[in-house]
Amino acid sequence: MSGAGDHADIVLCPEGPMLVRGDVVIEDAEGRRHRTQRPVSAVCRCHKSAMKPWCDGTHRLLPKKLRP
Amino acid sequence: MLDCLRGAPDDAVAPDDDAVGDARGDDAAITLWALHELHYRGFDEVDERWEWAPQLMGVRAALETDLERRLRERYAAFMGTDGGGRAPERTGDLARDLFALVDGHDGPSLAEQVQLRASREEVLALLRQRSIYHLKEADPTSWVVPRLEAGPKAALMEIQFDEYGGGRPERLHHRLFQDGLREVGLDPTYGAYVDEACTEVLEQNNALSLFGLHRRLRGAAMGHLAAFEATSSLPSKKMARGLERVGLTGALVDYYTEHVLADAVHDQLAVRAVCAAMVEAEPALAEDVFLGAYSCLDLEARTARRLLADAEDDATGEAVA
Repeated sequence: MSGAGDHADIVLCPEGPMLVRGDVVIEDAEGRRHRTQRPVSAVCRCHKSAMKPWCDGTHRLLPKKLRP
Repeated sequence: MLDCLRGAPDDAVAPDDDAVGDARGDDAAITLWALHELHYRGFDEVDERWEWAPQLMGVRAALETDLERRLRERYAAFMGTDGGGRAPERTGDLARDLFALVDGHDGPSLAEQVQLRASREEVLALLRQRSIYHLKEADPTSWVVPRLEAGPKAALMEIQFDEYGGGRPERLHHRLFQDGLREVGLDPTYGAYVDEACTEVLEQNNALSLFGLHRRLRGAAMGHLAAFEATSSLPSKKMARGLERVGLTGALVDYYTEHVLADAVHDQLAVRAVCAAMVEAEPALAEDVFLGAYSCLDLEARTARRLLADAEDDATGEAVA
């Protein structure tokens, strides 16, 4: 079991996306697969991104109660 | 001042009082920009030893002191005294407070102008103004790396590695912008359009270099980074749509689309993993983080007001003619 001091590979940002570190493949709700393209990727959690599965910043336009 | 730099540092005397006096007037912004550029790419006709020539340090310090005083005065006016300012109330949670500062800031948007209204010529004029920074994008921030503790340093490097293309030169952000300029027929040479850069754009660039080059301003540098990244994704989407609207498709659209995705990551990292972690290690830097963030927002608002007013004047002039 990892210690609490380890650096996280996946970070849930309050009212924001999920950050994922490293080279991974994400399967979206339609079963399509997307490989990460950068050292850290932001995955949409508000379901409003126009570039899903990636975050495009749209959560910032939502009222706070609709943010993740 | 620039004539002085064309000589060799050994036989040149310090710039005389008149040159310094002029430099503190209307020419302050371009002079400081030129002095800072000695630390980036330099100039073909200027001896590289000028970068650290003691004769220049006094002038540079005087210009930087003026700029920093202006930035601090604007920030102080925004904060107000006895609750009289426009700043949102702080909760003590640095990440939350930084996002609140950015979200609460209300300035005119050049990206919206490009998305909805600007002509192709106006968009090209804006790209020439933006080229002053975008052709050295992320570089002023790199000065800060050796000055941070392990946590914020590692996070900043994650951002910078991505800015610099993750090891692939063709994906490096300032290279993407260069490719875009070339494709639409603009000059991709570094600094090519500095002569037409407005004072506000030069001041934006000078503030970035000021924050980056001074270790004591590392808090402001990282606050600026956080606000810059946090105001990038959504405007970049508008820029991409506007470029398509006026027919400037291709590499420039790719450049802005890349920023929609990259900066949705970078803003979270800059706010949480860099700024919040830095302030946790060095609590005394908190106020400078907000100074840097506010300066980023305010300087962009000043640039936007200036360029929108210029566009308005041109339109009125054409209508009269």
